[in-house]
Amino acid sequence: MINVATEATITAEPFEAPGPGIFDLPGIAGTAVTKPMVQLVLAAILVFGFLYLASRKRAMVPGKLQFAGEGAYGFVRNSVARDIIGAHDFQKFVPYLAAIFFFILVNNLFASIPFIQFPTFSRASMAYSLAGLSWLVYNGVGMYKHGPIGYLKLQSVPSGVSPVMYPLLVPLEFFSNILVRPVTLALRLFCNMFAGHILLVLFATGGLYLIETASPINIVAGSLAWVLAVAISFLEILVQFLQAYVFTLLNAMYIQGALADEH
Amino acid sequence: MKSLLVILAAEGGHEPSPLAVEWIEVVIALVVFGILFFLIWKFVAPNFEKTFSERTQAIEGGLAAAETKQAEADAKLAELEAQLADARHEAARIREEAREQGAAIVAEMREQAQAESSRIVEHGKAQIEAERQQAVTSLRGEVGSLATTLAGRIVGESLDDDARQGRVVERFLAELETGTPGAN
Repeated sequence: MINVATEATITAEPFEAPGPGIFDLPGIAGTAVTKPMVQLVLAAILVFGFLYLASRKRAMVPGKLQFAGEGAYGFVRNSVARDIIGAHDFQKFVPYLAAIFFFILVNNLFASIPFIQFPTFSRASMAYSLAGLSWLVYNGVGMYKHGPIGYLKLQSVPSGVSPVMYPLLVPLEFFSNILVRPVTLALRLFCNMFAGHILLVLFATGGLYLIETASPINIVAGSLAWVLAVAISFLEILVQFLQAYVFTLLNAMYIQGALADEH
Repeated sequence: MKSLLVILAAEGGHEPSPLAVEWIEVVIALVVFGILFFLIWKFVAPNFEKTFSERTQAIEGGLAAAETKQAEADAKLAELEAQLADARHEAARIREEAREQGAAIVAEMREQAQAESSRIVEHGKAQIEAERQQAVTSLRGEVGSLATTLAGRIVGESLDDDARQGRVVERFLAELETGTPGAN
């Protein structure tokens, strides 16, 4: 037994755990275009294609496609935009929120789709991009409504607090409302996608490595790792949806906070 | 990027941090998302919003139409019920009238019949009376002559005198009329 094991470890190469390097994909066919970039475009095409085809007919009694599209769009429109921003001025933010939600959702789901199997937003820069845009949008909306000074005052000075506390609270509020939000927004999305993917790769390659050693115990352990990988895949699908939802929800909440007269 | 990796690897350095900013990716993500947003804003959202509002309108319109129809139907029903009640009332009135009329007719007929019967009875009585008078008159003459003949036969020629004969007969008849029992 020990002999077999030592023999196996001697003959096999040592296992190399997947690291951040697996996210640095080379350009396709020697160009600078990488897989996640292609995925971004593909996601945009899929989202627009689906929503456009579903919305085009405008039948009073919807068919299956239109029903699905209306359900998806209506989910963002009613449960996110209207419920959070309020019935008065949610309408003009619906396209933005719908685009954010479906774009992130499809890009996240790519991680679980066979032959693609890479979460676009595990590239931190892409998450930075959308988070930065969100930051511009909610601050822009607030400044447009209250004026730059009025908006900063609204976001930084808590109402209903004695002015004695201001020196303590104002920097804190400014920090949390203006500076931290885009960072958490980007990191939450990026880290979830990054960690989920690396975990899956670890279980898959580790399982493969164990099975290839051909020792009975390792084969059992490797098979177990693969079973776990399948279970984690399902968990990941949930996480992918949740992250898209949370990103959209927070966008809506930030916009609502920027529009509100009292913070 | 790749060359940097190679250099770092060659120098024994670490892999680049996954948190590092790749500007090309930031820009591409922004551009692609921007295009997607524009397309959704321009082509998708208006369609959906229009569909939603049209559907709401259709449903509200349908409800309003149904309400109108219901109201119309109610009004018609009420009208018909009123007409029915009128008709019933009318029928009852006519029936009542007919009964009254019938009763009147019966009464009239009865009265007529009564009058007719009493007239007939009167007439009969009068006729009988007349006939009786006639019979009495004729009987009076006949009975007188018979009696005189009989009496003449019995007493002979003494009663031939007309005057006496007449008085005797008158007296006899008067006795008859006052109701001597056994006579008449």
